Amino acid sequence: MVGSSLRRIKESIIRNIFFFIGLASIFILTLIVVFLFKESLPIFKVVSIKEFLFGQYWYPTSEPPEFGIFPMIVASVVVTILASALAVPLGVLSATYISEIAKPRVKEIIKPVIELLASLPSVVIGFFGMVIVAPFLQETFDISTGLNVFNASVMLAFMAVPTISSISEDALHSVRRELREASYALGANRWETISRVVIPAGLSGIGTAVILGMSRAIGETMVVLMVAGGAAAIPESLFDACRPMPASIAAEMAEAPYHSDHYHALFATGVVLFLATFVFNLIADYVSNKYKQTGTATL
Amino acid sequence: MTKLRANLFVVVLSALAILTIGGLALAGNVVIKGSTTVLPIAQKAAEEFMKLHPNVSISVSGGGSGNGMKALIDGSTDIADASRFIKDKEIKLAIANGVFPVAHRVALDCVVPVVHPSNSLSNITMAQLKDIYTGKVTNWSQLGGPDKKIVVISRDTSSGTYEVWEKKVLKGAKVTPKALLQASNGAVAQAVAKNKYAIGYIGIGYVSSAVKALKVNNITASAATARNGSYPVSRPLFMFTNGWPTGDTLDFINFVISPAGQKIAEEEGYVPLY
Repeated sequence: MVGSSLRRIKESIIRNIFFFIGLASIFILTLIVVFLFKESLPIFKVVSIKEFLFGQYWYPTSEPPEFGIFPMIVASVVVTILASALAVPLGVLSATYISEIAKPRVKEIIKPVIELLASLPSVVIGFFGMVIVAPFLQETFDISTGLNVFNASVMLAFMAVPTISSISEDALHSVRRELREASYALGANRWETISRVVIPAGLSGIGTAVILGMSRAIGETMVVLMVAGGAAAIPESLFDACRPMPASIAAEMAEAPYHSDHYHALFATGVVLFLATFVFNLIADYVSNKYKQTGTATL
Repeated sequence: MTKLRANLFVVVLSALAILTIGGLALAGNVVIKGSTTVLPIAQKAAEEFMKLHPNVSISVSGGGSGNGMKALIDGSTDIADASRFIKDKEIKLAIANGVFPVAHRVALDCVVPVVHPSNSLSNITMAQLKDIYTGKVTNWSQLGGPDKKIVVISRDTSSGTYEVWEKKVLKGAKVTPKALLQASNGAVAQAVAKNKYAIGYIGIGYVSSAVKALKVNNITASAATARNGSYPVSRPLFMFTNGWPTGDTLDFINFVISPAGQKIAEEEGYVPLY
């Protein structure tokens, strides 16, 4: 009948529109990745992958140039691990407090304040770290410079905590009420319910939150550019200056001559960064699926 | 749409097209490429020049002195900005291509070593600066100061300020990897102002009361000492043209060398010619 076939055509058109819009985002992402790889490949004619990843010296404009990003990789890893060590407990525990323990009125105040912290521009946090925290660290710990690994980790933790807290809180909130009630019915007290039932049930969402927070820490550019110090040497102590990968790219990309070896080397650094965040996202996906509670509303 | 309205639409559209294309054909066009050190001067001067001469359109881009020279030699630019003089190889290539490069000095770049205002040092030699930046001298006590590690602050390697420092002070040696690299003159000034044991270098236009400028080989950095060449860490900045410039290119170069253009150079942190 004409009526129903017209309807079918309309449905199929609408379905195809959504399909192409979805395809467009994948297409754009693919283009970016292809561009990234294309611009970075020429550097591997000049230096081998092993030399690039494990070389200790970054002198892209000297004669002959040296392109070793090992100190940058180490700096990124160290700063991310430290920032996560600070941010994960703070984030997850504050999420637990907001979701399970806080009175509704307190919750109404704390949750928006944490989200406000998330909306602080990263350059403001970097400026704060450079102008206030750095001299403070230098005076208090009697070290040579306040622009160091520790400063960068603390500032990055500042940025990661709202992300982790917000998503974990949503994950804990969506744990079914029946689970909690069953736990209380079996005689568990509040703490036992939270630590042995609710948090494990929300582990999938918490895992995602943690990984997202860590991705944010590893990719954050403005803060590490202003606060990590910029020394291209492997940091030997917590209070040594370092240069994580995003800082290296941001500092030099503007003036690297177009299509020079330096330019390609910076793109290659970008590829390493991209692969790191890609792996993080894969892990997040795996964790989220492994601990998913079937049959409940999860993230 | 009625036939009349459609015709009217076509007429108006074609009139606009002719006027635009005609306008473009009459406008002068100057292309400037080259050094990123000279870029701020070229950009600001181009903006001011275009306000005074609305018919001329100037396009300014960076890419480095080497790229600017290459563009001048193969004819894709009218003016090549350069933070160094033209090299022998480039001169030979230019002549072989029928290009006769003419240098116009447009400003001077002067780089000053700075320390924290509480630092008792007031003079430093070129040799000491080189030793500090290559990592041979690591403690202020080796220079007569307190027993504290020297915090070396430098610039990223693609910066023009770094180029001056590398050529005049380091003489090609590599900066120690422990040096803290900052991304701009402002960031270096800020880092030195906040750290009692730091040393850094900035363009003369960025020296303020927050930092203490050092004398080099007993010569104070100033516009006068940069111009007469007695201050060692300075260099002239050039704009190269193919032969003696004519038309809009000549007008622009004259503008840059005029008092109005030199005021722009000074505002951007460089030393004016007079």
